[in-house]
Amino acid sequence: MKPRVAIFDFACCEGCELQIVNLEEDVVGLVSAVDVVSFREAMKEHSDTYDIAIVEGSITRQSDEARLKKIRQNAKILIALGACACISGINALKNTRNLDVVKKTVYGDKADWFETYPARPIDAVVPVDYYVRGCPIEKHEFLSVVKSLLLGKQPEIPNYPVCVECKLAENQCVFEKGMFCLGPVTRAGCSARCPSAGNICIGCRGLVDNPNKESEREVLERFGLSVNDIVARFTLFGTYQEVSK
Amino acid sequence: MKSVDVHVHVEHLTRIEGHGNIILDVEKGKIKQCQWQITEAPRFFEAMVVGRTWDDIAEITSRICGICSIAHTETSLKATEAAFGIVPSEQTVLLRKLLLHGENLQSHILHACYLVLPDLLGVGSVFPLIQTHTEAVLTITRVHRLANELCELVGGRTTHPCSTVVNGFTRIPSPKALETFRGRLEDALRDVQTIAEIVGSVGGKFPRFERETEYIALATKGEYALYDGDIASSDTGAIPDDRYREVTNEYIVPHSTAKFTKHARDSYMVGALARYNINHALLTPGARKAAKKLGLAAPCHKPYLISVAQLVECFHSIEGGMKLIDVLLDRGPKSEPISVKPKAGKGVGAVEAPRGLLIHEYEYDKNGVCVAADCVIPTNQNHANIQKDMEALAPTILERPEKEIELTLEMLVRAYDPCVSCSTHLLKVRRRS
Repeated sequence: MKPRVAIFDFACCEGCELQIVNLEEDVVGLVSAVDVVSFREAMKEHSDTYDIAIVEGSITRQSDEARLKKIRQNAKILIALGACACISGINALKNTRNLDVVKKTVYGDKADWFETYPARPIDAVVPVDYYVRGCPIEKHEFLSVVKSLLLGKQPEIPNYPVCVECKLAENQCVFEKGMFCLGPVTRAGCSARCPSAGNICIGCRGLVDNPNKESEREVLERFGLSVNDIVARFTLFGTYQEVSK
Repeated sequence: MKSVDVHVHVEHLTRIEGHGNIILDVEKGKIKQCQWQITEAPRFFEAMVVGRTWDDIAEITSRICGICSIAHTETSLKATEAAFGIVPSEQTVLLRKLLLHGENLQSHILHACYLVLPDLLGVGSVFPLIQTHTEAVLTITRVHRLANELCELVGGRTTHPCSTVVNGFTRIPSPKALETFRGRLEDALRDVQTIAEIVGSVGGKFPRFERETEYIALATKGEYALYDGDIASSDTGAIPDDRYREVTNEYIVPHSTAKFTKHARDSYMVGALARYNINHALLTPGARKAAKKLGLAAPCHKPYLISVAQLVECFHSIEGGMKLIDVLLDRGPKSEPISVKPKAGKGVGAVEAPRGLLIHEYEYDKNGVCVAADCVIPTNQNHANIQKDMEALAPTILERPEKEIELTLEMLVRAYDPCVSCSTHLLKVRRRS
């Protein structure tokens, strides 16, 4: 029997689910290997019987938790999809401010109508088996994780910094161009997409497991920076990771 | 009318972006409740941008929506540029317009084909069509891929573009890449023709419903406005984009985490059909021909035909994209220095996102730190119109089987291509005290 796959989302932009659709012709191949039984964004049918749950988005209110726990119960394997699910991503930016002030500035005297709490990644609520990172995810990384699982293999997820891929791509170092970059401490897997497009790395894939050990010390020292200097500026996508330390 | 009881409760409507419910309760032929509810988790983007510097703002607001992240990015960059008094180069504007065509094409194909077409063919999703309509699905996928590749070529990434910055692009596509792409766009016209024929052949399945409303879209001289223009209303004419509050008049309702808007009437419509009604004469020749073939004529007051207007715009975005590439090649694409001097001030940016008029407004301090933001999202502007359509439509279909009523209402909401996470993700912010 083909494995049954279900796709869910919480607070997010649904851009990572869109990357699954953006696999284009590869989706055709994928749906011949698995049964997609729930994918609200793309299909009307829904089933609570599935093997693999793919979850996008952060948890931002109490009522989300029960829904996520039920998904965890139903699934043999749970995959966190994208920065919001893996590290809480952009959603956690609101965590640095007083939540009552936040609610009032948006909804004014109607603030109490709406439920919210500090954003958290899904592994703050339930155990997660695999992480597909990025904002948005890289679709080929997603495909390789799913393929590995179908073949019963452990997916290979890089645990070295973006700098490694940036050098392989033969890009001029962003620091050399006089700009600031999070590549030295950010987990690779995106082929250094943003620096390759002439921009800086903004850290959307989260920190490597041990930035102090793995980081590109040489690069940093050359520009008079330390790992701590860089991690301190890991605030766009790293708020949850940093605040919870 | 018979004394019918109807209970339609669609929780988390499928094949739309984000979470919303449809409620219709009828007792003894009398409508007790008829409501379009938005239940998406609010994300409080306002709290995210306030206190951040100018170069982070578009990175953050792009994440409001995965489907129209390019429109959000460009609107954001325009608002910041307006606040700093920056006028971007001709090349930057041409590239942004090209990028916007790519997103418009991608989003419209996604909606009209992956999300709406299954209803017209009587299936629950595009997946069974892979078996039954293989060629059609592959044609659709080919155009979707092409649109995404255009976005990647110009913007560095299909979703959340990464070469787009305030006052320029960090990477300029090569003349060779542009030239190749022009040929591919030309070839894609045939594919879009095929798609239009497929949708046209089942066009009779669109429920018949008509309700005249106010239509609002950007309008500018000599061009079908997408990247910029004044805010034009079919009721009251045009005003400059920085007076947008006179049009949008946002308000809060208890059954929705998204704000609602109204202007001259109880509700108005934005999006492809509103643009078509206001700017149809400025469409490319191929798009006008397609409209004629598909039976779309302005003014059109049939919300189910929003998908048809989207298909017409697909022709426009392909032909418009080819024209822009010609101009870019003629000028010779080149790397340009990007300079930004922050200053204190307010700025408004307005763009036509695939789903309609999108506005960002920011206020910065003298160091370029954002102190206030306001964003008005297309779907927010359509929520009230969806509600009014439902109220007008429901009484006329009560005699039908409950499943058919449910499907007809679902198709109505789906027609608007609502981007619900968008509409709950960025709301008004006041200056920090």
